[in-house]
Amino acid sequence: MVGFELTKTQQLCKELFHNFAENEIRPIARDMDEKEEYPRELLDKLQKAHMFGIPYPQELGGAGADVLTYTLAMEELSKVDASTGITLSVHTSLCCPCIYENGTDEQKERFLRPLISGEKIGAFSLTEPNAGTDASGVQTTADKDGDYYILNGSKMFTTNAGIADTFVVFALTDKSKGPKGMSAFIVDRTMEGITVGTNIPRMGIRAASNCEVAFTNVKVPADRLLGKEGGGYKIAMTALGGGRIGIGAQAVGIAQGAINEAIKYVKERKQFGKNISKFQNTQFKLAEMQTKVDAARLMVWRAAVEKDKHGNYAPLAAMCKLFASETANEVTRGCVQLFGGYGYSREYPVERAMRDAKITEIYEGTSEAMKMIISGTMKL
Amino acid sequence: MKIVVCIKQVPDTTEVKLDPKTNTLIRDGVPSIINPDDKAGIEAALTLKEQLGGTVTVVCMGPPQADVALREALAMGCDDAILMSDRAFGGSDTYATAHVIAAGLKTLDYDLIITGRQAIDGDTAQVGPQIAEQLGIPQVSYAAEVKTAEDGAVVVKRQFEDRYQLLKVKTPCLITALSELAQPRYMTVSGIVNAYNKEVKVLTFEDVKNNLNPDFIGLKGSPTNVKQSFTKQVKGAGTVINVSADEAVKTIMDKLIEKHII
Repeated sequence: MVGFELTKTQQLCKELFHNFAENEIRPIARDMDEKEEYPRELLDKLQKAHMFGIPYPQELGGAGADVLTYTLAMEELSKVDASTGITLSVHTSLCCPCIYENGTDEQKERFLRPLISGEKIGAFSLTEPNAGTDASGVQTTADKDGDYYILNGSKMFTTNAGIADTFVVFALTDKSKGPKGMSAFIVDRTMEGITVGTNIPRMGIRAASNCEVAFTNVKVPADRLLGKEGGGYKIAMTALGGGRIGIGAQAVGIAQGAINEAIKYVKERKQFGKNISKFQNTQFKLAEMQTKVDAARLMVWRAAVEKDKHGNYAPLAAMCKLFASETANEVTRGCVQLFGGYGYSREYPVERAMRDAKITEIYEGTSEAMKMIISGTMKL
Repeated sequence: MKIVVCIKQVPDTTEVKLDPKTNTLIRDGVPSIINPDDKAGIEAALTLKEQLGGTVTVVCMGPPQADVALREALAMGCDDAILMSDRAFGGSDTYATAHVIAAGLKTLDYDLIITGRQAIDGDTAQVGPQIAEQLGIPQVSYAAEVKTAEDGAVVVKRQFEDRYQLLKVKTPCLITALSELAQPRYMTVSGIVNAYNKEVKVLTFEDVKNNLNPDFIGLKGSPTNVKQSFTKQVKGAGTVINVSADEAVKTIMDKLIEKHII
């Protein structure tokens, strides 16, 4: 990226993501939300279009595109359906990076390649019933037993759990050391002792899979340890640091999608004898909202470019996530208001956008956690 | 099989709006796309390549901006791309365009040439058949299905409004593709990344001048003269007469006689 212009490659990728979202997802997005289920056929189509390995090298079967291109995918897909956004995001920017950045060549070949190709879907299991923002409170254990680690415990709110094949699971290998005793493991869904619960009923992103996962004496071969024993907390925090760029882009997409719907609506809706687009209240409201969304997008791009440069992107990612998610909530609420009663009805997609927006302030670090990260860099 | 697909970059007519004052097309800001019939041709070519092996080369005549259409074709899976671009080619009608493209195709080795049936901006359906004529190879227009036969020939289902023909044709040959021929695949992200790392070969007048007659290209080489272009007048609303059938027939006959039509 030079200045604020997308490169030709990025522009053509954006066109692809846009067309894919419009043709393949828009017609079924509402139905997916109502049914609270992610269709297998759509996963297959995403795989066919090579969407699961966008920012990974072609040597590993990835697309060889940059992180900025990945944010374009997140935005374009989330404009139409935020559930698709999070499904792809957890796979691409939480699960895969743990293996890509910490795995051995053998682990990358064996576990990452099928994830990047989309043949397998990835999940990231860190959060527990008693360990949310304070991830150091993880209680799941991994006890070494010969060539195996024995996993016991339970994870909460694991996105993609219902559809994933490969889980990166965080567990304590040394309970006495707190977060420094946490390690990361590559776990297959098919391993004995894993129970994936039913989909947790949620307010938004309802088509995405999100379940509790229980581990009972799961024998994980020792060659599935990522990095070193005790390195898990850092692996998780690093992955989340990058993942937030994806969530920022998702939030921008949700907001822009809602604005686009509102623009269409206000040009058609007549009250007091004219289209409501002619009222200055409508115009100013949309102008304010679009300005914030543009600002959020630029922050997402800045963080993405910094990550592409292998710079210190984490604080920028936290800022873009904080701002974009709060913008998405404000904007979707504003769009529902512009639609009036129809906005509140499930006939129009803005109420779904408003419900979907809320989670972006919560997952992969709450807004409050983002403020902790950002203020932590300010030498206060 | 060596397949060449000829494509045209056209304005996306679904996005074109009319200027209400001048009644002319507003082309500013209208996105350019690969002509839909041509895109179906690309898909058909890629499918044949997957079945038989070989290569797919995509050729486009147009201004330098048409480069993006060729990149898109590469991102769908085509192997090579050629842009025929030169001021000398500008203003060509269908005959001159076919003459230029045929000159470019003479520099290539091919078994099968696929063009779209017609472009959504001009709607002539002439360039494909004219290329075949200029190259002196057999052609099958309006292809709705293409298969290969054991002897290297191709079998084409040629669609008409109310019937179809199955034609077996020896290669090299040219077919013009209906959009029904194939549902085009999406580009892939890796395809796009690689498309911009590849070279789009540019053929100018200099490169193909030995294969063409300079009197038959560009505006001056175009036999078509546009005499006038106008916007069709909107017809007035008709008169609806609600009467019995017999009375209606009489009314219509009287009107026709009155207007000296019969």
